[in-house]
Amino acid sequence: MRSDVTEYELSAPATLQEMLSLLAAEPGKYTPIAGGTELMVALGVGRLQSRSLLSLQHFQELRFLREEDGHVVIGANTTFTDLRRSALIAEHLPLLAQSASWTGAIANQNRGTLGGNIVNASPAADNPPVLLVYGASITLISASGMRTLDYNDFHLGYKKTQLRADELVHSVRIPLAYQGYRQYIRKVGTRNALAISKIALAGIARTEGTRIAEIRLGAASLTDRPIRCLAAEKALTGASLAADSLEATLQAGRAALAMEAKPIDDIRSTARYRSAVAENLLEEFLRSLAE
Amino acid sequence: MSKVQFLLNGQQQSVEVPPMKRLLDVLREDLRLTGTKEGCGEGECGACAVLMNGELVNSCLIPALQAEGTRLCTIEGVSTDGHLHPIQQCFLERGGAQCGICTPGMILATHQLLDKYPNPTMEQIQEGLGGNLCRCTGYMRIFESVQEAAALNPLAGK
Repeated sequence: MRSDVTEYELSAPATLQEMLSLLAAEPGKYTPIAGGTELMVALGVGRLQSRSLLSLQHFQELRFLREEDGHVVIGANTTFTDLRRSALIAEHLPLLAQSASWTGAIANQNRGTLGGNIVNASPAADNPPVLLVYGASITLISASGMRTLDYNDFHLGYKKTQLRADELVHSVRIPLAYQGYRQYIRKVGTRNALAISKIALAGIARTEGTRIAEIRLGAASLTDRPIRCLAAEKALTGASLAADSLEATLQAGRAALAMEAKPIDDIRSTARYRSAVAENLLEEFLRSLAE
Repeated sequence: MSKVQFLLNGQQQSVEVPPMKRLLDVLREDLRLTGTKEGCGEGECGACAVLMNGELVNSCLIPALQAEGTRLCTIEGVSTDGHLHPIQQCFLERGGAQCGICTPGMILATHQLLDKYPNPTMEQIQEGLGGNLCRCTGYMRIFESVQEAAALNPLAGK
């Protein structure tokens, strides 16, 4: 049932400092809202728990994308449209340009933000697997200052993250270090525009001759949170892509991925389908490396 | 209640509404502009699309307060001086509109598409309208309408 909007409070603090002070004064009271592409859907179907919201969408100081010491730093309020329009992202971080391009359709991309996609923390979210394989760090801001974490450590469980109730995401920082890496991403859903992933896999790899020197894999909807597939990475690092060993490498990768996959049955797909397709996506990536 | 002011179809508007009221409902109920339609209410169908500061957005997902200080264009603001915009004229002539529920959103999505790509490829048209569902036309006549509108280059010089 639709919510009664008169039961909800929303205000737009004049400054970021004012917003952080409000969050610090009564931690947990307020839910921050940026582009609204998630929370307004929850409101529409009567699932928006918090009755007090604070808009941070107008803070331009959180909407930036810049190059800094061999990294790209992306403010939390950066929209998916901003990411798609960035020449820097297109050139250096093509997987992020790709994931932004299928995060909803144009109207959602004009409003939805990278920070929102991260803190909503859906296991099916489109962009976290890419941030994981690119070795991102995440900076959080509160009235008491900033702290930076390895993004690998940010997601703790189903919709659980390291973000405290008095904190906002400030930015993510990604090294521009992937020239020469082979890069792969594929999302499997029911529709190109707007579909939520049944399963998605992102990967980057560096090869030396026919050997995999380094590989990183990130997945959506494979467990209760966005994950790096560390077991598969370990099984594949140093593995051979030569014609006579490719099948063995594929099997080793598939088996390791199967071990760490803990997908669920839900309205979008089944656990069995998700595991099988994740392995197929990995195989597709590995075969492309062998070419 | 919050006082929210914005520029709507070229005119300054001020409304007194609950801050979390959906912009869609503010347009339809408070301002009586019923050209903007509600489809899914979840941002998946594009029937409620309007232009906010020139960018396509779903008005069902925007709390009224976030419209403060913005420039909005709804389907009612697309025509000028009682004349249909060339995009509207093309949808009319090419059969791009049937029942009409998706049409305002389709027109505004086309508006943004042609702003960005004056001569769009079929792939760009399909992506530009990818967030707008139509249950009548099967889309082919909509795509033809967009191609026709692009050929007339309605946004040239704007």
